[in-house]
Amino acid sequence: MEDQPGFPEFIQQQAGKLLEQTLQHIGLTFISLLIAVLIGVPLGILITRRKKLAGFVLGVAGILQTIPSIALLGFMIPLLGIGAKPAIVALFLYALLPIIRNTYTGILQVDPTVIDAATGMGMNQQQLLFKVQLPLAMPVLLAGIRTATVINVGVATLAAYIAAGGLGEFIFGGIALNNTNMILAGAIPAALLAIIFDAAVARLQKLRIRSVKKTLYILPFLLIILSAFYLLPTAYGSSLVAGFTPEFMGRKDGNLGLKQVYGLNIRTVVISDMIMYKAAYEKNLDVISGSSTDGRVKAFDLLVLEDDKHIFPPYYAAPIVRQATLDKYPELGPALNKLSGIINDSIMTELNYRVDHLKQDPAVVASEFLKAKGLLHTAKQGTKGKVVIGAKIFGDGYILANMYKLLVNGYTELEAVTKTGLGGTKICFDALTNGQIDLYPEYTGTGLLVILQTDKSVVDTIIADKQKVYDYVSTQFMQRYQIRWLPPIGFNNTYALMMRRKQAADLHIKSISDLKEYLQHQ
Amino acid sequence: MIKLEHVNKSFHNGKPAVSDISLDVNTGETLVLLGTSGSGKTTTLRMINRLIAPDSGQIYVNGMNVNTHEITSLRRTIGYVLQDNGLFPHYTVAENIGIVPALLKWDKKRIDDRIRTLMQKLHLPPGEYYNAYPQQLSGGQQQRVGLARALAADPPVLLMDEPFGALDPVTRASVRKEFRSLDEINNKTVIMVTHDVQEAFELGDRICLMDNGMVQQTGTPAALLFSPANDFVRAFFDDQRLLLELKAVRLADVRPWLDTNTPPSTADTAVLQEETSCWQAMEQLTMLSSLNYTNRGNLISIDTSGLMHAFTQYKQTISSNGRSTGLS
Repeated sequence: MEDQPGFPEFIQQQAGKLLEQTLQHIGLTFISLLIAVLIGVPLGILITRRKKLAGFVLGVAGILQTIPSIALLGFMIPLLGIGAKPAIVALFLYALLPIIRNTYTGILQVDPTVIDAATGMGMNQQQLLFKVQLPLAMPVLLAGIRTATVINVGVATLAAYIAAGGLGEFIFGGIALNNTNMILAGAIPAALLAIIFDAAVARLQKLRIRSVKKTLYILPFLLIILSAFYLLPTAYGSSLVAGFTPEFMGRKDGNLGLKQVYGLNIRTVVISDMIMYKAAYEKNLDVISGSSTDGRVKAFDLLVLEDDKHIFPPYYAAPIVRQATLDKYPELGPALNKLSGIINDSIMTELNYRVDHLKQDPAVVASEFLKAKGLLHTAKQGTKGKVVIGAKIFGDGYILANMYKLLVNGYTELEAVTKTGLGGTKICFDALTNGQIDLYPEYTGTGLLVILQTDKSVVDTIIADKQKVYDYVSTQFMQRYQIRWLPPIGFNNTYALMMRRKQAADLHIKSISDLKEYLQHQ
Repeated sequence: MIKLEHVNKSFHNGKPAVSDISLDVNTGETLVLLGTSGSGKTTTLRMINRLIAPDSGQIYVNGMNVNTHEITSLRRTIGYVLQDNGLFPHYTVAENIGIVPALLKWDKKRIDDRIRTLMQKLHLPPGEYYNAYPQQLSGGQQQRVGLARALAADPPVLLMDEPFGALDPVTRASVRKEFRSLDEINNKTVIMVTHDVQEAFELGDRICLMDNGMVQQTGTPAALLFSPANDFVRAFFDDQRLLLELKAVRLADVRPWLDTNTPPSTADTAVLQEETSCWQAMEQLTMLSSLNYTNRGNLISIDTSGLMHAFTQYKQTISSNGRSTGLS
């Protein structure tokens, strides 16, 4: 799509952001570590004295440890919203087990004779703890803190999914945009942080026990200073908060376009699309970068803002069919075109809602829809030949493929077979050119940008006009691949900014320009 | 100084570890708790500084009830020596010795002086060992540090739990000898646990022989040997009876039967005191043909056969008189 500059150039360009993310990452890691130490160490000490509690406390901490990190972050959202708070709590919970367990075992492994001697000489509980048990448990305790640090550096990358920042923003943005430089810009510093902190704590461990006594006093200060990093880079621009996916953040037809074309200046956080809609619904976010026909738009009652300056490329869906198949079975085209123009955005959203949210079978949803439109005919013999219909691995594709199957079976003597779940664009398109499938529903924007890899100069001239894009891909596909674009189905599954319907109405925001106006006049 | 009254203790298995122990230890006396493993002697010792709380009965140290008195401050007046020394591995030798004075908030100078004095007395040159860590010391040296630590705050009472038990026989003998000749322990009340009969006879003013959680007999070594309270006590010493008897009987005891007519040896030879045991005299006599023994200023010469003769006479008198000799 875009020329990727070299890694050093990328780092140079993104130095500011990289520094911010690194500091956020260190901050997240150490705030949670600090809390885990403050709570875990006393808890570990407590269970050495109340042995009956030990099994329970270690058991609970162990269970927390086994919860998959992304799921734990998910649990946090209803309780704590998005952003730093849930991330810190989740990281804290992960750091807890190694710290409690190592404090506990560290103290228990102190030679009982030494404890006996200390008690016999007249040390009280506190003196015993600070002069004997903790110093002697320190190497083991530090090993626990070391484990916790490395876990936290790793898990903190996931904080980017819930708008808490950190190096995960680069990593997940890079994965989504297929931008290796961006992935490395996040992954290398994250790995370095893990290695550096691991080595630093390892050094602490190896110091003579007596110098560790001094380190004991330095450690909390160090932790607090490192934790403070997180609080530094937080200067907010606006009252509304936008949550964008890592991919959207880095795209020309995403946040970059919003800034350039609309001059939209909104406080943004990076978030996973899995939780973005829900976060908007729960008022943790005000604006999100969704997909216009996603079922959750309906489920969470969101309003799609009009893209009045057309920065999001049109992603109109249309069946693309091998010309050879159309030539062989001329009746196929008219049958497929029965669907043309009858599914708009809101209908597609509704259909996706039924599949994604209400968990209905795509085949049932498809047949009920056709029945309602009077397009459902009983299947004919299917003796003339076989047509294979493909679909990509997500919602739209399943539903459309099922509709085409019913149409082909109902209107022609052909037998339609579906082959859904073909993964991404590349797999589906390769299957089509190889003749393993005869047709599948594709988006104009994907055809333009992903399959044709059209030059930027060309894209810029046509991108704002959906008809021009459709015409361009139709001609090019026919020339290059002998594949025909049939007329569009009607809906446009593109990026869209969306808000809660009620809030949008209260603020009188209908389009992205309205949003910009609102933000400017605050 | 130390008093135990009808003390009982059972552990989780319900079997009594100690039943109805009563003891009275006088100021300046060394009492040895002697017995086999599981006889309850260590439990008894650990109840005195309340590392173990008794189920019933009273224990007094220096007139203070261990059960009711604030225990940490009381423990600081009781020196405690453990079999496995229990030195703090993260403290230097000096810091280990200075623990109790530091707990008592002595000033630095006083602590340092005290540490150096004790190290000198226990043959641990401060120049060499002051900043050493316990791991760098031999077993015998570690045990001496443990002893110095217990003596540091000059406590009136010393509790010793098999203090030489972890040492090899040669080291044990030398550390024991050092301990015995240490001026620091002269005026201390010492209770020592051991299973080593010879050690008990060498160090104990009195011995409390325990078995199965009960006191079988408490008395001087001679009393235990010559007037055993029961068959257990009698049988306990049978293995090494002659040796123990020689150790238990002092020259003063056998004096009436020594030949006082032999003129004192004119050679420049050792002069033994009344308190010397027959065993020690015999040891000396293996190297010299005769020794001088001072009896109220009079020098008497003794030799091996004369001494053995007197010892035999003494025993005969004891057994015919039974308990009337007042040994118990």
